Amino acid sequence: MTQGTEITYREAVRESIREALLGDERVFLLGEDVGRYGGCYAVTKGLLQEFGPERIRDTPLSESGFMGAGVGAALGGMRPIVEIMTVNFSLLALDQIVNNAATIRHMSGGQFSVPLVIRMATGAGRQLAAQHSHSFECWYAHVPGLKVLVPGTIEDARFMLGMALLDPDPVIIFEHVMLYNETGILPNEAQPVPMEQAVVRRPGKDVSLITYGGSLGKVLSAASQLAGEGIEAEVLDLRCLRPLDTAAIVQTVARTHRAVVVDEGWRTGSLAGEISAIIMEQAFWQLDAPVARVCSKEVPIPYPHHLEQAALPQIPQILATVRQVLEHA
Amino acid sequence: MSELTMPSFGADMDAGTLIEWRIKPGDSVTKGDIVAVIETMKGAIDMEVFEDGTIEALLVDEGDKVPVGTPIASIATAGAASTEPVAASAVTTAAVATASASALPASAPARAQTPTSGEPRARILASPLARSRAQQYQLDLSGIRGSGPGGALLLADIERKHGAKHPVKPAAARVKPGIDRSAMRQAIAAAMAKSKREIPHYYLASTIDLSETLSWLEARNQARPPEQRVLLGALLIKATAAVLKQVPELNGFYRDGGFQPSGAIHVGMAITIRGAGLVVPALLDADRQPLDALMENLRDVSARARQGGLRSSEMSAATITVTSLGERGVEAVYGVIFPPQVAILGFGSPCTRPWVTKDGGIEARTVMRVTLAADHRVSDGHLGARLLRLLEKQLQAPESL
Amino acid sequence: MNTAASDKPHINRDHLLPMLADMIRIRRFEEKCAELYTQEKIRGFLHLYIGEEAVAVGIARGLAPEDAVIATYREHGHALARGISMASVMAEMYGKVTGCSRGRGGSMHLFDEKHRFFGGNAIVAGGLPMAVGLALADKMRGLARVTTCFFGEGAVAEGEFHESMNLAALWQLPVLFVCENNLYAMGTALEISESEQHIYLKARSYGIDAHAVDGMNVVDVEAAARTACSAIREGQGPKFLECKTYRFRGHSMFDTQLYRDKEEIERWQKHGPIVLLQEWMQANHMLLENDVAAIEHRVAAEVAEAVDFAESSALESETELDTDVYTPRRSQ
Repeated sequence: MTQGTEITYREAVRESIREALLGDERVFLLGEDVGRYGGCYAVTKGLLQEFGPERIRDTPLSESGFMGAGVGAALGGMRPIVEIMTVNFSLLALDQIVNNAATIRHMSGGQFSVPLVIRMATGAGRQLAAQHSHSFECWYAHVPGLKVLVPGTIEDARFMLGMALLDPDPVIIFEHVMLYNETGILPNEAQPVPMEQAVVRRPGKDVSLITYGGSLGKVLSAASQLAGEGIEAEVLDLRCLRPLDTAAIVQTVARTHRAVVVDEGWRTGSLAGEISAIIMEQAFWQLDAPVARVCSKEVPIPYPHHLEQAALPQIPQILATVRQVLEHA
Repeated sequence: MSELTMPSFGADMDAGTLIEWRIKPGDSVTKGDIVAVIETMKGAIDMEVFEDGTIEALLVDEGDKVPVGTPIASIATAGAASTEPVAASAVTTAAVATASASALPASAPARAQTPTSGEPRARILASPLARSRAQQYQLDLSGIRGSGPGGALLLADIERKHGAKHPVKPAAARVKPGIDRSAMRQAIAAAMAKSKREIPHYYLASTIDLSETLSWLEARNQARPPEQRVLLGALLIKATAAVLKQVPELNGFYRDGGFQPSGAIHVGMAITIRGAGLVVPALLDADRQPLDALMENLRDVSARARQGGLRSSEMSAATITVTSLGERGVEAVYGVIFPPQVAILGFGSPCTRPWVTKDGGIEARTVMRVTLAADHRVSDGHLGARLLRLLEKQLQAPESL
Repeated sequence: MNTAASDKPHINRDHLLPMLADMIRIRRFEEKCAELYTQEKIRGFLHLYIGEEAVAVGIARGLAPEDAVIATYREHGHALARGISMASVMAEMYGKVTGCSRGRGGSMHLFDEKHRFFGGNAIVAGGLPMAVGLALADKMRGLARVTTCFFGEGAVAEGEFHESMNLAALWQLPVLFVCENNLYAMGTALEISESEQHIYLKARSYGIDAHAVDGMNVVDVEAAARTACSAIREGQGPKFLECKTYRFRGHSMFDTQLYRDKEEIERWQKHGPIVLLQEWMQANHMLLENDVAAIEHRVAAEVAEAVDFAESSALESETELDTDVYTPRRSQ
């Protein structure tokens, strides 16, 4: 039996922020409603009381302004954590993230680094409709100079932030909204896995299910059901979307010869497409079936529950896709 | 009339390219004649005809690659009804009309069966993994039935085919410009890797006093012209074949999860092809051939192996292999079994060593290290030891060969 | 802390002559750049500061070495006035590895760690939020430093301007905003782009102490900068200067200037910052006969040396292309 503490994903993130604030006086948090309100998703609840308004800094609704302030503060010797309420709002801060944070190191000929950590909620499932529910992880993963983390487990929620703060470059952490209430046992002796490594969450030999973040739970459930049918699916949790752990992707395909990528992003131009291309480029001769993708439907995420759920990757689709990929095996 | 079809020179061969016709329509052929040269993944091999008759038509062109079993020529064999007009003249007038009428439809199907070498061949559907694995196994995709979408070949199809047939053998290849050395190397690599992966080898070694044997051989050769002399190698093969009859568990194949003993004793002989690798042609029925005939056979096969031109029947028949690096001066050679065979004997270089004789004295004697590597799934060390003991005994009495 | 920076200067020959020299230095450097651009030695966009030199030179006089600067894509003058060597700036224009950004930024992206020069930023208003952040870091770390942020009047129309004004005022950050109002955002005149054309009033609406300054008069600019920087260092929060100026050349090298009259340009040129200071010093007997010639001679030599340096410098190896996308990690 593993000794540990049962906590929620939300508490794990909060604990990671607390630990960072306690361990490094350069660390501070800024974002909309992170202080008095306690965070849009209550992640930062109680931190204002513990650390005060200087370090738990409520901002006006100025995503570009306070994101740029985070970039500047990082240049000025601090270790800011910028929270963006939800990924859709981060588009208002794209200029600062993409034009400044991501470029300055290279553009200055290596003179200035931007040790900035950005956290934001992502994904659908809470009936928040088309301006609060999308998955733009792929957009950020497109940009050299950024690193993109997608904690899909309690342990990663607990430890990824700390690793991101130790990184000298801008790191974006995407927390899926459906994970905040998830509970799990955090082992007392948990050892953080380096943030840029993918992890096999379930070994298998018949097919590789490659996924990340909010889809990880669905994929693990699907893998359990498949085991009942005698299909041993290997589940690879990417954890980091830039840089991608391509070696792990190639290795899992080399073991199973079949891959299904499950990605809550839209299919066109998706990260799933990128992973498929990597498999084609680097593991082509290991393939015994075409790579398949399970992605969101190409619509703005709608409000009503049934339509929202219909738009997202679901376990039955994952099962059907796996069976199709294995049909002739 | 019957057909010559693309032969299979090995269980792992599924297609071949006809690179040269040695016959033309109208030629008479007798059993054993070389009718064509077939290029395989392992190299070029002569194709022999197994019946007497007259060649009627060539059905594929030089350069065509066709699956094993595809008709490549038609042959009128003795005793079979001929469609030649000359045969028709022997029948009655009434029958001529019938024969003439039937001649057309009779030949039409023959043309219809002609492989459409001029037309674009349909691409074989296969998964990337199936293709790469087939290449590793030296399998040609064209003869394998695919179980995937649209009949595409999947890994399982390749493994099924591979598992059901002979493993890859190093190829007989013509040593000539253009020989595919890497293909031969790959074939050896595949066969040897499969052997080491699948066959649990056990190894035995014994030192045999060869002094009497060599004296006998020398005395026998003395009176003969050089081309009729018997070399030690032939004697060793003959001795091996002779004792194998008493240890049948080491002569045959391990297939489909079990041992299949072979009634015949075909001793495969590892022959080095300089710069390319190895071939292992078999000396067929080595146990039944007189020593002189075996020697002649050995010379012939060695020469043909090095020049190219081994026959298909010699290529895949070996039931056990003998390897000798004696010429290279090594004391012992521990062989790797050639799957699906179950044993390989290794003969070292005869050398002079101090030897304790039966009466306890020490003498300089010519001795040789003999090793056996055998498949533990089929036999145990006890049995292997028996073979080595019998071999030693046999070599002390060469005159009985 | 550099207390000298906040001292009230004496308006005399010793004080003014170096400022005149600095402006001439920027002017001649940029004239050379224009020439080199036509010879294809310099590529990309080249935005010249000619006519606006008094702003960079005057503001620089208010800064201490530990202060930070964020500038725009029209920042050659700021870089030179800040003390970055002309040779490394010229090499940067050439894209050479000896350039102040290893040649990677070019004209629009001059960076220098030693002088805390955080770049020419080529996104209009993109530098303002970063300046807010640099100032926030100083404030949180208890450092009495000033972050100076230059931007044009075109930036005022961007949301980032307003977000930054608000944040700086809200958090009372040690930042000096310097709006270089040269009346045209590329070809768009101020009167057709802003409802309120007194830009300093916009800053005041956020509660920031803001003033308009004659940006052609380097003495005025310097005085305003010294006052503002002293106040910022004393913890009085952000300051805002609207420097009214004019660029004598096009927006970039490829500009037909259909949007303004030649007469307008000539009118401003008569009151250009160099002419203005030179005439005033002459009128007040502060300029000796050979002073300007000596400056011109010295500057010409420095420009020639900078060109030689850039010409003879190496290009960065293509094998280095992907270095510094991320910060190299110390080996384990």
